[in-house]
Amino acid sequence: MSRLKRKNHGFAPPAQAAGRCKLPCVILRPQRFSRDAQTLVLFENVGVRYGAGPEIIHGATFTLAPGSFHFLVGPSGAGKSSLLRLMYMTLRPSSGRVNLFGRDLDSLHRREIPLLRRRIGVVFQDFRLLSNLTALDNVALPLRIAGVRESQVRQHVTELLQWVGLADHVSAYPATLSGGQQQRVAIARAVIARPSLLLADEPTGNVDDSIGVRLMYLFEELNKMGTTVVIATHNERLVSKFEHRQLRVESATVRLVTRPEAA
Amino acid sequence: MALLRSDLPLGGDGSARFLPWIIGCMVYLAALALAATMGAGRVADHWRSDLSGTFSIQIPPIAASTAAERDQLLHDIVDAITKMPEVASVHLVDDAEKQKLLEPWLGAGGLPEDVRLPDLVVVKLRSDAPSGLAAVRTRVAALAPEFTIEDHARWQGDMMAFTQSIELLASIIIGLIAAAAVTTVIFVTKTGLSIHRRVIEIVHLVGAYDSYIAKQFLLHAMRLGFIGGIAGAGLAGLTLIGLDRVLGTGQTSLLPALALDLDQWLTLAVVPIAVSIVAMITAHLTVLYVLGRDL
Repeated sequence: MSRLKRKNHGFAPPAQAAGRCKLPCVILRPQRFSRDAQTLVLFENVGVRYGAGPEIIHGATFTLAPGSFHFLVGPSGAGKSSLLRLMYMTLRPSSGRVNLFGRDLDSLHRREIPLLRRRIGVVFQDFRLLSNLTALDNVALPLRIAGVRESQVRQHVTELLQWVGLADHVSAYPATLSGGQQQRVAIARAVIARPSLLLADEPTGNVDDSIGVRLMYLFEELNKMGTTVVIATHNERLVSKFEHRQLRVESATVRLVTRPEAA
Repeated sequence: MALLRSDLPLGGDGSARFLPWIIGCMVYLAALALAATMGAGRVADHWRSDLSGTFSIQIPPIAASTAAERDQLLHDIVDAITKMPEVASVHLVDDAEKQKLLEPWLGAGGLPEDVRLPDLVVVKLRSDAPSGLAAVRTRVAALAPEFTIEDHARWQGDMMAFTQSIELLASIIIGLIAAAAVTTVIFVTKTGLSIHRRVIEIVHLVGAYDSYIAKQFLLHAMRLGFIGGIAGAGLAGLTLIGLDRVLGTGQTSLLPALALDLDQWLTLAVVPIAVSIVAMITAHLTVLYVLGRDL
C-alpha cells in the first residue's frame, strides 16, 4: 500500500498522493482457491464457436497462476474478447474445458455464477458505466450488490476514487467526464471489491497514449498487490513497453509467450 | 433508502410512462365493478332481511258471506295465529292500506265499493322457528279452507338470481381487468428488460443475482402500480359518491341507499394496494423468467 502513496503515476493530485490515501480493503468473500493453488484460470483444448459458424478459437490450452500478469494480444477479430468472455462467464466453450477458481464452467449452475463473478473485475474499452449513476454510485455498484453496509461503501469508494485521482468528481455523471476519467471510474469499479482476477478488454483503446501508459502502471500496482491481471490489447507498442507474459491469439489458436518478443 | 435505490434507469422508460394511466383506468373499472358486487350483495341482503320469515295470508271474499262473519273470521284467524309460539307478529291489512297498495296501478280513486278485495294478514315468524309456516298453514286451514299463502319464495328466488348474476358478471369483469393488468405489467417489464439489456449485463457482470435485478423492477412496478391505483380508486370513489347523490334524490323504495358502508369503502381502498402487489409479483416473476433463459 505504501507503494501507492509513493507512486500514483499522476492520477491523484499531489496533496492526496502525499496523504493517507490507500486502496480500500473490502473483501467480499474469503478468497478460496482450488487445491491446486498454482492455477487460477485453466483452459484445456478450448474451442469457441458462435452459432453454427466455424470455431474462431480451437485447442486453446493455457493456465494463469495467481498473481500473474498477462497481455492477451492478437489482431482485431482474432478472438481476444471471446477468450475474455469465457473468463467472465458470458460465453460457454463449444469444446474443451474452462476452469476458474477450481470450478469447471460446464458444471457451474447459473446460481453459482454471480459469486464467482464477484471475484472477477472487468474493464471494457467502452467503459460501460451506468449513465444514470454518479462516479461514486458506479464504483459502489459491486459493493452494494454484495450487500456491503452503506457506511463502508461510501468510505471505501471515496478513498478509491481519490486513489485514481477523481476525488473532485465523486458526484459527476459519466457524461460529464473525459474518456480518461471514465476509464478510471471503470477501473475503480472493477477493483473496488479487490478481485482475484482483473480482466481488461482494450482498456487503453479510447484514451491517448500518455493516459494509456498511466493506466498500465495502475494495473501493475494492482498486480503487485496480488491481483491476477489479463489485458487484451492489439497495441503492440504498449505491450513492448511492459515486460509481461503474452497470450498470443493467432490463426484461431492461443500461444503462450513467456518472454516478450521483440517488437 | 438503500432499499428503494435503483441502479437501473427504469424511471426514464418511455414504455413504463403509460403504465400508471392504464393501471388507473383498470383500477377505476375494477373498483366500480367491486362496488357493483357489494351493492348487489347489499340489495340482496336488504330484500332477504325484509322478506325473510315473512308471508301473507290471503282470505278470499267468498270465505264469509256477510261483513260481520268476515270480521269474525279475520278476528279468529289473527287471534289464533298471534297465540302461536312460532309467530313474532301479525298485521291485518285494513282497507285503507289495501287502497294505498293499489294506488300505483288504479289511481287515487281505487276500486268501486262493491268490488271486494281479498283480506290480507301479514305474518312474521320468529327467526328460531323455521317450521312456523307449516304450522300456520295448518291452523288457518282449519278456520278458512279457501285461504292462500304468499311466502314470496318465487319473487325472492328471481331477485336472488338477478343479484347473483350481477355479482358473477362483476366478478368476471374484475377477473378480466386483473388479467389485463398482469398482461400489461408483463409487457412493460419485458420491454424494460429489452431496453436495459446492456445495463443489466453490466450489473450481472459485477456479481448481481437475477433477484437483485428483479427487485429493482419489482419496486418500479409497485411504485407505478400504486400511483395508478390511487388515482383510479380515488376517481372511482368520487364517481360512487356522485352516483349516490344523484340516486339518493329519487324516492325509490325498491333499492336501498347506494352509500357504501365503512367496511366496503375500506375494501375499495385495498384495491390500489392489491394492484400494486399484483404488479410487483408479476414484474418480479417476469424478470426471473426472462433472465433465467439467458446464460
